[in-house]
Amino acid sequence: MTVQIVTANRLRDGAVVYLTAERGWSEDFRASLPLRDEATAKAALDGTAADVKARKVVGPYLAEAEETPEGLKPNSARERIRASRFPTITPDVGSWTGRIAG
Amino acid sequence: MYRYDEFDATFVAERVKQFRGQVARRLAGELTEDEFRPLRLQNGLYLQLHAYMLRIAIPYGSLSSKQLRKLAFIARRYDKGFGHFTTRQNIQFNWPHLDEIPDILDHLASVEMHAIQTSGNCIRDVTADHFAGVAPDEVEDPRIWAEIIRQWSTLHPEFAFLPRKFKIAVTGASHDRAAVKFHDIGLKMVRSETGEVGFEVIVGGGMGRTPAIGPTIRAFLPKQHLLSYLEAVLRVYNLLGRRDNLYKARIKILVAATGTQEFARLVEEEWARIKDGALALPADEIDRIQRYFAPPQYEHLPAISPELEAAKLGNPEFARWLRTNTHPHKVDGYSIVTVSLKPEGGAPGDASADQMDLVADLADEYSFKELRVTHHQNLVLPNVRKQDLHALWQRLAAVRLAQPNVGFLTDIIACPGLDYCNLANARSIPIAQRIQRRFNDFRRLEEIGDLRLNISGCINACGHHHAGNIGILGVDKQGEEFYQITLGGSSRDDSSIGKIVGPAFAIDQVADAVETIVNVYLEKRTSRDERFLETYRRIGLDPFKEKLYGNSQARRPAAE
Repeated sequence: MTVQIVTANRLRDGAVVYLTAERGWSEDFRASLPLRDEATAKAALDGTAADVKARKVVGPYLAEAEETPEGLKPNSARERIRASRFPTITPDVGSWTGRIAG
Repeated sequence: MYRYDEFDATFVAERVKQFRGQVARRLAGELTEDEFRPLRLQNGLYLQLHAYMLRIAIPYGSLSSKQLRKLAFIARRYDKGFGHFTTRQNIQFNWPHLDEIPDILDHLASVEMHAIQTSGNCIRDVTADHFAGVAPDEVEDPRIWAEIIRQWSTLHPEFAFLPRKFKIAVTGASHDRAAVKFHDIGLKMVRSETGEVGFEVIVGGGMGRTPAIGPTIRAFLPKQHLLSYLEAVLRVYNLLGRRDNLYKARIKILVAATGTQEFARLVEEEWARIKDGALALPADEIDRIQRYFAPPQYEHLPAISPELEAAKLGNPEFARWLRTNTHPHKVDGYSIVTVSLKPEGGAPGDASADQMDLVADLADEYSFKELRVTHHQNLVLPNVRKQDLHALWQRLAAVRLAQPNVGFLTDIIACPGLDYCNLANARSIPIAQRIQRRFNDFRRLEEIGDLRLNISGCINACGHHHAGNIGILGVDKQGEEFYQITLGGSSRDDSSIGKIVGPAFAIDQVADAVETIVNVYLEKRTSRDERFLETYRRIGLDPFKEKLYGNSQARRPAAE
């Protein structure tokens, strides 16, 4: 089933985060709160205004996802890449250890 | 190289201090994101797909070893150990934290660098021929003029809120290595019939969703009038350029809508008013800037180095690298070396902190402490003694920086694409990697010869796909990535815009399609001397189309 989730970037380091059932923010896509209809989705998005004001996150928006037996999955290339927290390429330069977002 | 004077140093230091205050106010909640966004963009700071991205200006691609070492330090301390050299001769860091940006800018200021003019609707930092000052085909060193443009354009109050971004490129050579016809203003230094040196002024070129080859609006502009003429062009654009539609706001749209002749007339009219005013360049000021770019203390060397000839004989791999990655120098006994940042399986333009440090060391040892960044996303050591080339090659090879592929199919220009960029529709880097793996035989690459392949992840065309002999454009089809292929683009003297060959390909089909295109070329070329572009221009799109699509309908539904 296609649902929506709320995602944003964290203000301090820009990391991709997802709105959770506890109305907190997680870097783990699978912790996203699935929003099953438009009204709930809109209310959840509107509800993030306080966190924007509190400088926790920047630019929250709704994105589509698929609810599958294995859990939630992003359903566009863009959201899959964001959810992975890394580029899809095998990085062959740099340390890639010290500064993982968060 | 240019060195900051007191004015430059003070102004950059003050700017960092100002931005430190702005970041603090943002983090304290005194500025909203809407208020902060234009301020951060004016300091090169974007919010991208995974994190913030800081774009640092490398004016006209000219870099000292000390500066490169500082970039390596920043990559290690504040990022993930690497940086990405861009098609505008700049560098981007992909993972900095907002609260540390002011410290990064302080480090940059300590080596006369900053991130101003790398974003926003201003005159962006100027680009130039990466072989400036050392190319044998040069009328005059364009860096002097690029520096004069930098000083004039930096925070120019009248042009701080242009309809859209504005890019100027300068070349002093007869062969265009700066893609001047694809810029908002392209300046080409030329010699008049009487022997005087001045500029051919090209206006209204560009890439993006409406690619255009800029027309010449003035065949010869005396040097001392450069700034007043640029100011006249910018003023006409600032007044008449569209601000109602983002996609029609670049100067190329204005020039096309007004007509070249009428646009030129408007510029000349404005110029006549201001040409003898405050912007006329006095000879002593030109001389002062010129002195910063005085040639280094070259040795008197024979044109042919016996050491080099001996090394070449015994080592075909080294000989291949010499053929592809070195270029004749204007001074006997020296070579220009291009360090390829296009290893098989790498991300085009990426360099690790360790690689940056090593190249900085090599610049110290072999190239008068100087480097260049090319818009092809490679690095250049501009002044290497021929007798040192073998030792240099060995040092480069030890850190995967000796790929003999400059100017070949795998010397790919690619934007960061959907792996990093918020605007992208599709990934670019994995496409580059697949093509690099497919064409990893250097003998085959040499057999194919001069062929430019450029990849953009969206229509904004940061990867210059319009100007690629083979261009690849990522498009989004219902959330999935597809790739449109164009043929026949060029950013050199024979500038042209690539034409779409047919329906787009899925990601797994792109390397096959490129191979098919290359095979058609190899089959159809009259000889090895006929470059891909020449063959394409002779035979047109049809033979490529036929082989790519033929009767197979399987590929057709991909994306009409």
